[in-house]
Amino acid sequence: MGKYVLKRVLLMLLTFFIITTMEFVLIRMLPRELPQDKVQAAAIASRWEALGYNQPLLVQYGIYLRNIVTSWDFGTSWYIEFREPAWNVLTKRLLPTILVNLYSLVFSIPLGIGLGIYAAIRKNKWQDQVISVMVMLFVSIPSYVYAFLVQYFFYFKWGLLPLQVYSLADAGNSWVSSKMFVSMIAPVLALSFGEIAGLCRFTRAELTETLTSDYMLLARTKGLTKAQATVRHALKNAMVPILPMLISSFIGILGGSFIIEQIFSIPGVGQLYLRSINLFDYDVFMMDGVFYTFINLLAGIMVDISYGFIDPRIRMGER
Amino acid sequence: MAKEVFDSMNLSRESFTFVHEGERITDKIFEDKPVSYMKDAWRRFCKNKASVAAAVIIICIVLYAFVVPMVSPLNSRFMDSYYSKKAPRSELLRPIGILDGGVDRAFSEKGLVRAVGIGVGAVDWEGKGTVSVAESLDSKYQPMMSISDPVEKLNAKKEVTRSYTGHIDVYLEVGFMYQSVSQKEYERIRAFEQESGLHVLYPLVEDNQWNVDATDANNWFKTKKNTPVRINENGKAVAMDYGPDLVLEDNYKRDAEGNPIYYEFTGGGNLETAQYKVRVLYYNYYVYKNGFEPYYLFGTDSQGYDLALRLAGGIKLSLLVAVCVSIINFTIGALYGAVEGYYGSWVDMLMDRISEVLGGMPFIVVATLFQIHFANQVGPVVSLLFAFVLTGWLGTAYRVRTQFYRFKNQEYVLAARTLGARDRRIIWRHIFPNSLGTIITSSALVIPGVISSESMLSFLGIIKLGSAGVTSLGTLLADSSSIWTNYPHLMICPAIVLSLLMICFNLFGNGLRDAFNPSLRGVED
Repeated sequence: MGKYVLKRVLLMLLTFFIITTMEFVLIRMLPRELPQDKVQAAAIASRWEALGYNQPLLVQYGIYLRNIVTSWDFGTSWYIEFREPAWNVLTKRLLPTILVNLYSLVFSIPLGIGLGIYAAIRKNKWQDQVISVMVMLFVSIPSYVYAFLVQYFFYFKWGLLPLQVYSLADAGNSWVSSKMFVSMIAPVLALSFGEIAGLCRFTRAELTETLTSDYMLLARTKGLTKAQATVRHALKNAMVPILPMLISSFIGILGGSFIIEQIFSIPGVGQLYLRSINLFDYDVFMMDGVFYTFINLLAGIMVDISYGFIDPRIRMGER
Repeated sequence: MAKEVFDSMNLSRESFTFVHEGERITDKIFEDKPVSYMKDAWRRFCKNKASVAAAVIIICIVLYAFVVPMVSPLNSRFMDSYYSKKAPRSELLRPIGILDGGVDRAFSEKGLVRAVGIGVGAVDWEGKGTVSVAESLDSKYQPMMSISDPVEKLNAKKEVTRSYTGHIDVYLEVGFMYQSVSQKEYERIRAFEQESGLHVLYPLVEDNQWNVDATDANNWFKTKKNTPVRINENGKAVAMDYGPDLVLEDNYKRDAEGNPIYYEFTGGGNLETAQYKVRVLYYNYYVYKNGFEPYYLFGTDSQGYDLALRLAGGIKLSLLVAVCVSIINFTIGALYGAVEGYYGSWVDMLMDRISEVLGGMPFIVVATLFQIHFANQVGPVVSLLFAFVLTGWLGTAYRVRTQFYRFKNQEYVLAARTLGARDRRIIWRHIFPNSLGTIITSSALVIPGVISSESMLSFLGIIKLGSAGVTSLGTLLADSSSIWTNYPHLMICPAIVLSLLMICFNLFGNGLRDAFNPSLRGVED
């Protein structure tokens, strides 16, 4: 197992390195723009000169790698937050993103899996059909439509929740204050519909498959009640693909949701990404690219490795 | 116990007879025709009612996208900036109160007089000044379709203020407008009036102390601080209350004999270039300009384009991109997966690494980089297509590869190889048809994914379509995202179409998957 994990991690790092190199080249090739203000433009231009932004690409890449290794320096933000290290700019925005997505997951995992189990047990009865129709609807409708609906009902119609997430200053300088939590309910709801539906569908599919398998028949024949057999045998086996999926969605919460953050003006990483493109802040854009690539690969490798742990019969990538 | 025991050991020859004696035993020809894989899949797809319904809806939406631009009197580039963000208004349904171009709104007394005044002014096209509010309410040009009873309240100064809620036609609410026309144009309008019986030109308004804002052509009656007034014999203004009997006092420009003036010379040298200022009722001016009345089934968008046509354009673009991506992915994925799966060993290793690197790239970063690098050279839609194609075929390739691994060691492949079939023939004639079902299914399921990603990217502003002729569903939604609370139709129409497309394509794809799934073959029969 150790060898397997090590092999996977090394391969992942190699992939990560190749992708970031490609991203670096593509981003550094973009023409950089200086601000209108002449004094600031001169200051930035001289900083760029000193940082080697005018050197050949290969040299620039060497400098970039050296800076990361020696001082964990991923570049500097020039427009979003002037001369703030890109790493700090990104990490500062992680907390709101993680909070919103975490609340959403905490809310939707039990609900999604519960509904999925219920639908699988009541397979082809009216309960299952109702749930299936709802799941089809909620999986298909894009998340911003929910966001609009949530805003419409909870803000305009009933006036229960604020239209957008409060800024840090409005909510008592804390991301975890109760006021902040209330303002986060709307985006959490908008995020959860799709999440619940997706989980429900997946759970139902897996559980119906295990419920009809031969060992269930054996379990019933040896005298277990239906409930016992379902919980001890079917559910346990159904969890084999479900758990890795949950792990990957827990890693996915770092990435956040672009749409939801945009609509509810959450100052998170998704919004940072959009701002870095719109303001041509390419160092931050690069940082974002590295970050998203890392999350993407991490989620993939965690799923593979967790499969190996949960069910040793499956060792992805081994032949 | 003396039962006769059947003696099986000593059977006489006579106990046996031939069953088929004298008959010729041959294989019978099948009485019904064999069902091919595709035919069977089609039959099972038709049994799935939800999928068939979804397919029908998809066809309807596609038909809508192609037929509406053909039958619509409007051109997709037609826009009227005065009629922007207007509510849906249908010629057929308007008399029964649905899609009547109206919105419910609260009015103060002054606001109500102003809105009703447009209708009164439109009826009194000769400037006689004798039309009461009640007389104008039945007019076609009266923007107020219904007015509630007043609600009385005391304001801070302990004065009674009345407020109303009314249903107002947002097209007629535009009211009057000043236009600059040439002599010829003026004569054309007059000829149009003669011919159609509609009134386009209305008397000009005096710019005096009774007119708050001379640039606004709707201020045709005398007001003081926005309250309608009547001038008594002493030249004093007397405020008037709103009521059905109210007769507004006009403030028209008149010549020495008291006839209203309809045009005014504003500049220009000779007869050809001279410009005249006229005051038009915009609703009828629109009819004069375009030859039809403003009826927009889905309303107009934020710039004044017909939303029905914009939607058709958006559906076309979204579907075009999705279908292109699906076809390209199908081709690349099938080729790549076939080669990878068939040859295995180091070829597979190498190609797998390549697809792993491509798969590791976050899609949003790829899409953004393509937009920044290529949008100026090849346009945003093509660069979006590149971004989708770069990573989109990975799923198909993976599935094809799995199928090839499963089938390449089967006996019939060995047999084909023994008979001397080349690799190409074995791949395409023998193994590939086995994976066709999965590929078709995954290609169908690519479409909703592409539509939603595309609309997400344009919603976020990463794709900027910009130009007037091209739009996508996501762009329409993004346009409405900051103003939809005041103009809900801007959001509702594209959101419904988008959701419908997504639901139907998912249902359709699921139906295909079940139909092509060999393990479900014949289960229900």
